[in-house]
Amino acid sequence: MAKTVTDVICPFCGTLCDDLEVQVSDDGTKILEVYNACAIGAEKFLHSQAKDRITRPRMQQEDGSYKEVSYDEAVEYTAQMLAKAKKPLMYGWSSTSCEAQSVGHEIAEAVGGVVDNTATVCHGSSLIAIQDVGIPSCTLGEVKNRADLVVFWGCNPSHAHPRHLSRYSIFPRGFFTGKGHKGRKMIVVDPRNTDTMKMADVGLQLEQGRDYELLSALRVAFRGEDLPDVVAGIPKERIYEAAEMMKNARFGVIFFGMGVTQSLGKNHNIDIAIMVTKDLNEFTKFSIIAMRGHYNVTGSGAVLGWQFGFPFATDLSRGFARYNPGETTSNDLLRRDECDAVFVLGSDPGAHFPISSVRKIAHLPSVAVDPHITPTTEISKLHVPVAFVGIEVGGCCYRMDNVPIESRKVVEPPEGMMTDTDFLARVRDRVVELKAQAPVGTQSTAEAQGA
Amino acid sequence: MADAIRLNLISGRTIQQGVAMEGGKEKPAYTEACGIIEIDPADFKKLGAYRNTNVLVTSEHGSVVVKAIEATQGPHPGLAYIPMGPWANAVVDPNTYGMGMPTFKGTPIQVSIATNEPVLSSVALVQKLVKE
Repeated sequence: MAKTVTDVICPFCGTLCDDLEVQVSDDGTKILEVYNACAIGAEKFLHSQAKDRITRPRMQQEDGSYKEVSYDEAVEYTAQMLAKAKKPLMYGWSSTSCEAQSVGHEIAEAVGGVVDNTATVCHGSSLIAIQDVGIPSCTLGEVKNRADLVVFWGCNPSHAHPRHLSRYSIFPRGFFTGKGHKGRKMIVVDPRNTDTMKMADVGLQLEQGRDYELLSALRVAFRGEDLPDVVAGIPKERIYEAAEMMKNARFGVIFFGMGVTQSLGKNHNIDIAIMVTKDLNEFTKFSIIAMRGHYNVTGSGAVLGWQFGFPFATDLSRGFARYNPGETTSNDLLRRDECDAVFVLGSDPGAHFPISSVRKIAHLPSVAVDPHITPTTEISKLHVPVAFVGIEVGGCCYRMDNVPIESRKVVEPPEGMMTDTDFLARVRDRVVELKAQAPVGTQSTAEAQGA
Repeated sequence: MADAIRLNLISGRTIQQGVAMEGGKEKPAYTEACGIIEIDPADFKKLGAYRNTNVLVTSEHGSVVVKAIEATQGPHPGLAYIPMGPWANAVVDPNTYGMGMPTFKGTPIQVSIATNEPVLSSVALVQKLVKE
């Protein structure tokens, strides 16, 4: 007889669904079936059971092949690499628990590293904009219970956050939204006619990269001023129509994604999207929420925020926290050769950074901590596989609306495998030992200050 | 062979990309999901290529061979789409313009037919490109 674990948290995207049911074998070692999850979430649970899974650390050999090493050797290599480096980049942190992030930050403080999370290639622009102009936001629960107009701008939840529409934004019946999707209007703005746009009441297929113009045009339309005939490829009548819909909503919300954060303009696109939200609060109640990607990228920003005051790209190499996107962000550090070792945990820059940055990682001392084989692990000097957070070990995660949710352990990890928190704690202890042994005046922070 | 055509490249998530990524980036399914470029039928006509032909995508920042398929979420003439992953990142504009974020969307590219060139797997592609 198999047993079923209920209320399981899905560790894939920022929607952080908390209603999964997972059927587990009696001895608690195998996942047999996953219910309620989207295709991606289910695949994540099931792939953790793969027979060809790597369960021990691997060190790159001179010929490029990998040789199995013990966790002890892996801890020693990682600690030595970080302790010797003047300014190591410690990147990732989005696919792990807040507990692990916190231990990682202790290491970064001890070695004078730069801590950066995947927001740097995702919603970093949004975080900068939020610091510039603030953000009128709400939780997904409020969206479910109150929203009667939902705007998806430059995001495609049908593909990237598959259960977002059914759990929170479009389909669910909430306290004041008893008619479900029949009581909600949906506006989608995207340069492609996406699967999300195909469901929309109003779809605005704008010219790629012209989000700023269109957002600006909406602000003009709210004020009833004249617009040019066409803005960003959209006829003005349609802009006025969308503006009226937004003004007449009882409770509206804008969800925005990579279409605005990664296109030219970047943080300025978000600035004006937030100002659109502000304008709308003159007429009705409106909120704006970033569609965060990784399940705990929000948590990484939160933990960094309460520990150091900055949500990403935090440079500790001078012995105090500095933050200067464009300088202390991963891709800028890598492309300018301003870091001398790379530690990656819970992310895959090998696949998701531009190749010019990846090239730099391949030529530096590097450690990748990841349950999967990824392009990053296959160019790093050391790959340390760990248990899956949210499947084989619990831990705190933050949903895209900054709500913390405790993820659950569903099955045991393969025998002898470490969790990332355990691995980081051992590296931290060893780093502290190494730093205590180092002669005075050779500490990395002192050198970095003089540099 | 027809000349190369110029397009504007964006990248992003697809559900196939998500599933294949969680199923293992070293597996063939990931290459099938992400080693592709989605092109509008009008642009296929200009390129003079059949659907599912391998093409060479070149930008100022690099080049990569991917399989050209018809746009799944179109029409979007002039715009090309490679799901996020190492194939897209071989050609995207890495410039952050001083704010940390590479310009993943809106890279001018040229696409030409490369029927006999293979689409490399994610690991093979990255391992090859980092040596260049």
